[in-house]
Amino acid sequence: MIDLSNVITLSQKELNDARRNRWFILYAVAFTGLALALSWLALSGVGTYGLAGFGRTGASLVNLVLLVVPLMGLTLGALSLAGERERGTLLYLLTQPISQAELLLGKFAGLALAILVALVLGFGLSGLLIAWQGGATDAGNYVTLVLMAFGLALASLSLGFLISSATGKSATAVGIALFLWLLLVFFGDLGLMGTAIVLRIDVDQLFTLALLNPLQLFKMAAILLIRSNLEVLGPAGVYAVRTYGSQLLALLLAILVAWTIIPLVGTYLIFKKKGVL
Amino acid sequence: MIQVQNLTKRFGKLTAVDQISFDIKAGESVALWGENGAGKTTALRCLLGVIPYDGLVTLNDYNTMKQSKKARHLMGFVPQEMNFHDDMVVHETIYFYARLKKTTAKSEHVAALLERLGLISFIHRRVGELSGGMKQRLALVIALLSDPPVLILDEPTANLDVKARDDFLALLIELNQSGKTLLFSSHRLEEVVTLADRVLVLDSGRLIADCPPAELSDHLGNKAKLKLHFDGEKWLVPAVETLLGHGYSAERNGTGVWVQVVPLEKARPISLLAEAGIPVADFQIE
Repeated sequence: MIDLSNVITLSQKELNDARRNRWFILYAVAFTGLALALSWLALSGVGTYGLAGFGRTGASLVNLVLLVVPLMGLTLGALSLAGERERGTLLYLLTQPISQAELLLGKFAGLALAILVALVLGFGLSGLLIAWQGGATDAGNYVTLVLMAFGLALASLSLGFLISSATGKSATAVGIALFLWLLLVFFGDLGLMGTAIVLRIDVDQLFTLALLNPLQLFKMAAILLIRSNLEVLGPAGVYAVRTYGSQLLALLLAILVAWTIIPLVGTYLIFKKKGVL
Repeated sequence: MIQVQNLTKRFGKLTAVDQISFDIKAGESVALWGENGAGKTTALRCLLGVIPYDGLVTLNDYNTMKQSKKARHLMGFVPQEMNFHDDMVVHETIYFYARLKKTTAKSEHVAALLERLGLISFIHRRVGELSGGMKQRLALVIALLSDPPVLILDEPTANLDVKARDDFLALLIELNQSGKTLLFSSHRLEEVVTLADRVLVLDSGRLIADCPPAELSDHLGNKAKLKLHFDGEKWLVPAVETLLGHGYSAERNGTGVWVQVVPLEKARPISLLAEAGIPVADFQIE
């Protein structure tokens, strides 16, 4: 039985720790700064401020999210358990009357909230900049985009936790997290294209492969939100829209949720088997 | 109160704790004695239910593996390495752990503990700025926050200087006399003799003896070495002869004499030499 008050206590502590975490501060500042810069460029790109609106700025922010948010989630997640294990604080925490599940959930919720704060700051200031320039037309989609970015952050954080639970040292965990980030970001599109050419795989198989990458899921969902079709992604995008129609967005988001839950369950099982050492 | 049956913990091929069984009654003070690597810390971690193990450990009938939360509600733990979150200040740390223990940090009980352990003037200081001894005291305050019936301590005085060690031991004796059950690991003989009612002797993970502290030396043999220094080399030969005559293993070594001594009787060679009219100027123990 999960004691929610323990989860809240632990998540509050995690949230407080994030304020002092140099990695988190660096990511939050970088994301906010880049989001503002991209919004400014998106607005000025049409010649007259105000014509771009949330849709155009949101589209330019998608690439920023694809780059920064997984990096943030993966590294912060990777540092979480491994760092505490290395410092011995994990062992001391678990000598208190709390369960491993409460500890995991508390840490996960605290870090997730911290990332949400960073996202809201970045998207929020960009949104204010656009609204100030009179472009508040697609505000609903913009908010949905923020929520989807948060979904990607949760999936990345969950993967980071899985890495963290399986490794004893924080340096190793961060190394694996950075490698995975590189794999997901840079070898997502290129890897899929290369695989498709070499193995001559079908378009449905290509789409299935894309679903295995949470970044691709976010990318497809975000483009679908902004453009209502996936033609920009080529045959696989067209195939996805034709096959799943109006259900596609829900399918993509459901798989993104699964990308959060499955690694987190894996983390719990490894944590339970290994103990705190 | 605590029942341990066939407790075994393996790390790969290494068996850190090997089939140990013992019971501890309420109000007892029990020491886990053994050299470094004997398995004391691992055994305590198993008792706390923070690492998986084979065998059965119960605390008031709560299985510490399957009902670890309930079991840990009845325990306070003072670790050997003080692993707090260094960025938090002392009062934040106490408040945080009080919330996890479902108790308050603002009671007379806590104030009295802070006063007694000399932490009251440090409550606004960052934990990372505290000395090892102060962190040890903070760990004891946290362990006692919810006034648990059982205290588990891993080398409780390892980071303390002589004065602080005496104060800490005095407090632990008081706590034991007030009814708390103590289980602590130690490799300091004096500490065990002062604090424990019973000693569980571990050797390479196996429980080799369960005895009163006074009988501990029977299980240890001549482990300590005493080096004696004299006022001038003229005393070296008679000192060695006198000690050999009393059955000690003694040998001249440079400007002094090495003698193997029985734990708890380390000063006896000095008094024997004094009786023989050989004045000992100084000594050191290894």
